[in-house]
Amino acid sequence: MYDDIMQILPEVILAGFAIAGLMAGAYGGKDAIARPLLWGTAVVMLVLSVLVATSSSTSVEAFGGMFMNDGFARFAKVVILVSAACVLIMSEGYMKTRGLLRFEYPILVALSVVGMMMMVSAGDLMALYMGLELQSLALYVVASLRRDSAKSTEAGLKYFVLGALSSGLLLYGASLVYGYAGTTLFSGIITTAQAGEMSLGLLFGIVFLISGMAFKVSAVPFHMWTPDVYEGSPTPVTAFFATAPKVAAMALFARVLHDAFGNAVGDWQQIVALLSVLSMFLGAIAAIGQTNIKRLMAFSSIAHMGYALMGLAAGTAFGVQAMLVYMAIYVTMNIGVFSFILLMEKDGQPVTEISSLNMYSKTNPGRALTLLVLMFSLAGVPPFLGFFGKLFVWQAALDAGLTWLVVASAVASAIGAYYYLRIVFFMYFGDETAEGLDRNRGGILGGFLAASAIVMVVGIVTMFGVEGAAGLAAATLVN
Amino acid sequence: MADNLLSLVTFIPAVAALILAALLRGDDEAAQRNAKYLALFATTMTFVASVVMFFQFDSSNTGFQLVDEAEWIMGLKYRVGVDGISILFVMLTTFMMPLVIAASWDVKTRVKEYMIAFLILETLMIGVFVSLDLILFYLFFEASLIPMFLIIGIWGGANRIYASFKFFLYTFFGSVLMLVAMVAMYMDAGTTCIGGCANSLLTHTFAAGDFEVLGLQVVGGMQTLMFIAFFASFAVKMPMWPVHTWLPDAHVQAPTAGSVVLAAILLKMGGYGFLRFSLPMFPVGAEVVGPLILWMSAIAIVYTSLVALVQDDMKKLIAYSSVAHMGFVTMGIFSTNQQGLDGAIFQMISHGFISGALFLAVGVIYDRMHTREIDAYGGLVNRMPIYAMLFMLFTMANVGLPGTSGFVGEFLTLVAVFQVNTWVAAVATTGVIFSAAYALWLYRRVVMGDLIKESLKAITDMNSREKWIFAPLVVMTLLLGVYPALILDLIGPSVAALVENYDTAVAAAEAAMQTAQASN
Repeated sequence: MYDDIMQILPEVILAGFAIAGLMAGAYGGKDAIARPLLWGTAVVMLVLSVLVATSSSTSVEAFGGMFMNDGFARFAKVVILVSAACVLIMSEGYMKTRGLLRFEYPILVALSVVGMMMMVSAGDLMALYMGLELQSLALYVVASLRRDSAKSTEAGLKYFVLGALSSGLLLYGASLVYGYAGTTLFSGIITTAQAGEMSLGLLFGIVFLISGMAFKVSAVPFHMWTPDVYEGSPTPVTAFFATAPKVAAMALFARVLHDAFGNAVGDWQQIVALLSVLSMFLGAIAAIGQTNIKRLMAFSSIAHMGYALMGLAAGTAFGVQAMLVYMAIYVTMNIGVFSFILLMEKDGQPVTEISSLNMYSKTNPGRALTLLVLMFSLAGVPPFLGFFGKLFVWQAALDAGLTWLVVASAVASAIGAYYYLRIVFFMYFGDETAEGLDRNRGGILGGFLAASAIVMVVGIVTMFGVEGAAGLAAATLVN
Repeated sequence: MADNLLSLVTFIPAVAALILAALLRGDDEAAQRNAKYLALFATTMTFVASVVMFFQFDSSNTGFQLVDEAEWIMGLKYRVGVDGISILFVMLTTFMMPLVIAASWDVKTRVKEYMIAFLILETLMIGVFVSLDLILFYLFFEASLIPMFLIIGIWGGANRIYASFKFFLYTFFGSVLMLVAMVAMYMDAGTTCIGGCANSLLTHTFAAGDFEVLGLQVVGGMQTLMFIAFFASFAVKMPMWPVHTWLPDAHVQAPTAGSVVLAAILLKMGGYGFLRFSLPMFPVGAEVVGPLILWMSAIAIVYTSLVALVQDDMKKLIAYSSVAHMGFVTMGIFSTNQQGLDGAIFQMISHGFISGALFLAVGVIYDRMHTREIDAYGGLVNRMPIYAMLFMLFTMANVGLPGTSGFVGEFLTLVAVFQVNTWVAAVATTGVIFSAAYALWLYRRVVMGDLIKESLKAITDMNSREKWIFAPLVVMTLLLGVYPALILDLIGPSVAALVENYDTAVAAAEAAMQTAQASN
């Protein structure tokens, strides 16, 4: 028992911290302690990420296989914790000036991160569902954090209703799998689910499970909530949605497919490949007409999930490694871009219209240059790091014989380049006469923005060992 | 130092760009002047370094020389080197860039950014020609789009947005297909090394057995498919008819210096790609698709020459003439014999000087009159005798007058294609006549006649800076025209090796096919 507890120590610490914070907020200073609480949460997360990264290098099962502490889970947890801490720090200024800095915010984020950590470590359908719901419920609430805004509450409600539906799908799939496999443990399911001889009920189970998880990663055709939720939520919350939960859901996806159905790659490969190709095309085409940068980033994230799913569709260890590297790069780019969006202000009010970037390179050349780097990186134009992410998933998919998928994604990325270029176009070639954005101080957001752009350039020389760590992580998942 | 000489040549401009970006503050007169001088200094230093490199190069050796390599991320490798073909393109780039910077002396808006863009572009262009690793090549090849996109978009003409987007998306679409083929090549050969390694793409034989895709027989199998994927990228870059339409738009809207770089160097990346990848790596694919490309080149020469005849914008006319001249290049390359390849390479280098000079010539009068309309000029010879003489020289070179470098390339490619396909040669030769027609007509309308237009009465002849920019180009055009051996001796061994390998590979594939048929 003691050994088991030690394995979930990071989750316990974070959950305990969140509950303590809740008590302090409810009985103590209310929103007055919001600021220290926010910083405290961020620090705790960063400390935990170091703890997780440096803890044992072995694969351990706890609670009878319900909880897996392996390299894969640790890699995902580090990315989740670091990105969540970054987003929390980014949020502070924005939340404070808009009067949104409530003490619930860091607590809800911390609780959702506990859920995510649970998700990526799940070794059992029950643990999976528990983690997923803990994460989702916290996210529904933060989406509608701005209580007096119709759009924000709409975003929360929409997210909740559709999320509940997807949880239903997932649960239905889980019950089918349990019914036909006789167990909820992944290690038990995998022995039943052999390629070619899978029962129809189990196959249906997989399809429903995948549908539920596709909703969480916002893959087409389960993407409908994404643009509205991205647009309606307060911008820091959108930044959060675009980073940590995406990593968690993608890792969960990989976990279920490989741990529970790793013997039946042929049965799910086509489904994942189809999700991937649809996401890439819808993300690329639907983003073209957007005028709001948050909605644009929503479609961009849909497209990026398509590329990451391509790595999963390969069904190999290298595919998982490529997916993990892709997600790490994607999260870094998104932190940079959302830092920029948080800095977009006109007369002190936040703006999200792309056209407001008119001639931004004139008023603020340095910041425009960093966004230019990030946009070309998101588009996957060499020499920036985003290109290497695409290169690795392509390599993985070609290895697995999915040539058609690679060709399709190449076409989609050429289409997608257009809307990233449009942002560059507004910043550099726009109309000289139009009124531009405020020249505000960058502060900590400027730091994140610059750091993210620098990583995009320096990353092509050295990836700071991320690719090696991802390789080890993938090796523990697929064998 | 000698070991890293090539990397030094490649990255001097990028370092200068970094210095400009990091250290130069402000946008006043002095800062602008500093930016210009630093850029000029850096490009000149690059040229000097490349001359040193040139003298260390041994032209009798057909392998890759001055190789420099290092480890990189995810098992990728940084590897650069030159052979007899690529060193010429490096020299062309380093030679043109100081002239380009000098020609931009009158730029007034965002001078610092302008110089940074051109310096970065130079590094990327040299990088394309020296890369000996597939991924590295793609990286440079694609990245060169970004500065050019910005150059057209920021410093371009009235319709620059449309032109820059068209430029970017056309070329980007072509090259993503190439990237897919590259990953497939890596899967097949197990290496990304282009040449000079134990296991390299140039020595690997890619599968050429026929197979069926969707019920269609693919002759030449994988090789043909990969050839087509690479062709999609290089043909757009070149540009070949019918995917040339981005070029006139880009040229017309780009600033003068941008047009010069585009015509003189960027287009050559396509031709270089054919020589480095398409021909030696997919000989069977080239054999299958080659005849079609010969005809496409012939059509390009005649069609774009006719289109050039009716243009009323000077830059557009020269842009179409560029497409026609690139037609000679593809024709030479896909004749796949010694004269053809020699001629194609010679034509590319000579076109670099001539078209660069022609765009500069347009720039000279554009700076004075701010219009490119042919009808707005006439009788310039009365006020600008020196200009008239220089413009005459390069017009003649463009037509391919013997004694200028333009003649050698056209003649060699026509001789080469005559041996392969007489009809293509016949059609292409008519293009030579058309080119004389549009070039001389342009010259007559702009320079000859009486100076009757009121607005031109006060036009001044070229100043000394402009004269000095043209001087090296005049020298090179005439020198190569009377002594072409300067280039032909340099590339000879490398080209001979390429042709020999090509013929062996095609013969081997044919023999394999015959044995396969015999055993059936």
